[in-house]
Amino acid sequence: MHFHLTEEQAAIQDAVRGTLADSWPMERVHAFADGDADFDRTSWYALMALGLGGMLAPDSGMGLLDAALVCEVAGEAAAAGPLIGQLLAVAAVAASGRGDAEALISGKTIATLIHGGSDYAPSARAADLFLIVDRAKGVRLVAAADVTIEAVKAADRTRPMSKVSIADGTGEALFAATDQMTGRLADAALVLVAADALGGAQKVTDMSVAYAKEREQFGQPIGRFQGLKHQLAHMALDVEPARALVWYAAYAWDAQLPDAPRAAAMAKAHLCDVYVRATRAAVAAHGGIGYTWEYGLNYWFRRAMADRAWLGSPAEHRARAATLAGW
Amino acid sequence: MDLSYGEAAETFRAEVRAFLSLHWPPPSDLRGGDLKQFVRNFRALATEQGYLHRAIPKRYGGSEQPVDVIRAQVIREEFQRARAPMEVGGNGMNMTVPTLLEKGTEEQKELFIRKTVEGDYIWGQGYSEPGSGSDLASVRTKGELSADGSKWIINGQKIWTSQGMQSTHMFMLVRTEPDAPKHDGITYLLIDLDQPGVTRRPIRQMTGEEGDHTFCEFFFDNAETPVSWQVGERGQGWYVSRTTLKHERASIGGADGLGKQFAKLVDLAKEVGRIDDPIVRDKLAQIEGSVLSHRYSSYRIFSCAAAGEDPGPVALMMKLLLTEIGHEMALLAQELIGEHGFLEPAGAGGRGNRGPRGPEKWLDQIMGSLGNSIAGGASNIQRNIIGERGLGLPRDLAMSGER
Ligand SMILES: Cc1cc2nc3c(=O)[nH]c(=O)nc-3n(C[C@H](O)[C@H](O)[C@H](O)COP(=O)(O)OP(=O)(O)OC[C@H]3O[C@@H](n4cnc5c(N)ncnc54)[C@H](O)[C@@H]3O)c2cc1C
Repeated sequence: MHFHLTEEQAAIQDAVRGTLADSWPMERVHAFADGDADFDRTSWYALMALGLGGMLAPDSGMGLLDAALVCEVAGEAAAAGPLIGQLLAVAAVAASGRGDAEALISGKTIATLIHGGSDYAPSARAADLFLIVDRAKGVRLVAAADVTIEAVKAADRTRPMSKVSIADGTGEALFAATDQMTGRLADAALVLVAADALGGAQKVTDMSVAYAKEREQFGQPIGRFQGLKHQLAHMALDVEPARALVWYAAYAWDAQLPDAPRAAAMAKAHLCDVYVRATRAAVAAHGGIGYTWEYGLNYWFRRAMADRAWLGSPAEHRARAATLAGW
Repeated sequence: MDLSYGEAAETFRAEVRAFLSLHWPPPSDLRGGDLKQFVRNFRALATEQGYLHRAIPKRYGGSEQPVDVIRAQVIREEFQRARAPMEVGGNGMNMTVPTLLEKGTEEQKELFIRKTVEGDYIWGQGYSEPGSGSDLASVRTKGELSADGSKWIINGQKIWTSQGMQSTHMFMLVRTEPDAPKHDGITYLLIDLDQPGVTRRPIRQMTGEEGDHTFCEFFFDNAETPVSWQVGERGQGWYVSRTTLKHERASIGGADGLGKQFAKLVDLAKEVGRIDDPIVRDKLAQIEGSVLSHRYSSYRIFSCAAAGEDPGPVALMMKLLLTEIGHEMALLAQELIGEHGFLEPAGAGGRGNRGPRGPEKWLDQIMGSLGNSIAGGASNIQRNIIGERGLGLPRDLAMSGER
């Protein structure tokens, strides 16, 4: 049995963490958030230069767990860009044999994910391709030319969504609704969003712990006060064990275990709730500074809200999980 | 990542299964004392086979197997599947034996381990006192050397001793150096409870149960124990009690138990006709998110243990997580049983209350969840441990004696 990360996986996470730290110092996050771009070319190519694009290609020797570990780090950084859509588009295109997987793997062609029935997609204005994953209608790949984009003011400033409309039947059908790849791609998307949420929740917990060690009130670091210590312990208790839920869901997907769809639904529902709770608690733990724009916690709170709403709410996925369990 | 145990483990599994199919279950006509003897023989056989008491040397009644958490897990799974008895549980196996193996003298090992393994000695944990609970290092029960230096004379009181009525022996913390700093004046002693200087009194628990689940208070009035039954050095008892923690191996057992209980909660929702209620379904799935987090985290800890790696702070969280999930389940159960909550569960209350157990049996679990938030270190103390040891937050110096 091996249910912990390998040194190699930890090294990949470190490499991505380093690259994103270089790309996204807080001033750049602020500048991006206050600008009106929905995509950042520099950080995108820095990430793609690490060779992450092809992780979900069938012959990469990696799998959803590796992809989830990368999305987790992207979530930590609240990084911009349609990383999840890109990873899934590679999986979809490579598995279907239609389209140019190489251009997607290198990141030269940019793909974003749109969930069946939704009107929103991240980095839509930068995207060349739209991967529509719809459990009821199958998986399609639509070129940007066939998509109408309407600008909106997005709440999540680091991964802005735009309103898009795509006429039924446009683009290329990759998988029918009945094809098992459709369900698998939809499940993988859930796991990757759960991983983004995990990274964000861990990040705001770490920020709060670090702040509690250095901020002094009443002549002591506030982390010495038990009221706050217990709140922080509770955040950690919410986040840290949930990590294994994400790992399991990704592992189950990779191993094609029968409970993989249910594990994906549970992970997405649970982690998105955890993320919102953690960011709320983080703002409280920081006091006034946490409520400022300047400090930046708001970016993770906004991301938590967006992750929760993306691809279906926790309640929706729990309802699916209940049905899948035969309750 | 790989959750399978590998080929060698599966071969071993087949071997364990073959053993079990030969020796378990007992023939159906066994009753009472015969059944007890059968179980005893079965355990002995399973030990001889190398399945039970693996960490214990043969000369003390164990099977002396090399550490192999995968094999241990396969054994656990197969014995559970066959509903075959594993080691006798309780403080003796979980705490006394590992502590003695690490810190005990040869004489102590010979005197106590085999008898504990075979279930003849039952150990009470004599830590808490009326004035010392969370602040365990403040124990006051006194130990003084007899004039000839051969015995410890013990005076004081212990309280909340689980299984105290059945216990034959106790491991206890006593203060032997009243002038030393709090942590350095405590000695770890073993004591025979069947002697004139020891009085025990049952304390009825809030569940109303009597018998096994009742805890006791103990009064020591010039009770004696030989100096040779002192574990570790005089004054070092606090540190001896800490070593036991190291032996708390990552076990999937807790997660199995939780999973079973959750499945029963789902059954309850079906039984009372509420499973189609969307709110109930949502709440169940919400709880299951935590149940699964707990289960997979135990895999994570287990897997790290197998590889000799440190799982990090998650290991400090499992007790509190279990407690919190227990509370969540209790709340939902309470909602589901509705007016069955008016009834005392059969078997509880000690008033000859027998008969079939309906949904009100959940009251046992609901009240039990309150006990879990106290026993073995109260939840606030667990939060301190997570905050301080897990997150590295500054320690409150006044509270360094927590259990
Ligand atoms: C079912 C059960 C079985 C038990 N079995 C045994 C046994 O076999 N042997 C044995 O020795 N003991 C046993 N105990 C005792 C148990 O270990 C103690 O009850 C426990 O450690 C708490 O101590 P206390 O009861 O003195 O409560 P206290 O320490 O007085 O705590 C009362 C409250 O104050 C809080 N508190 C105390 N200190 C702090 C702090 N520093 N920070 C924040 N909050 C604090 C606690 O969280 C708790 O909420 C058992 C208890 C139960 C309920």
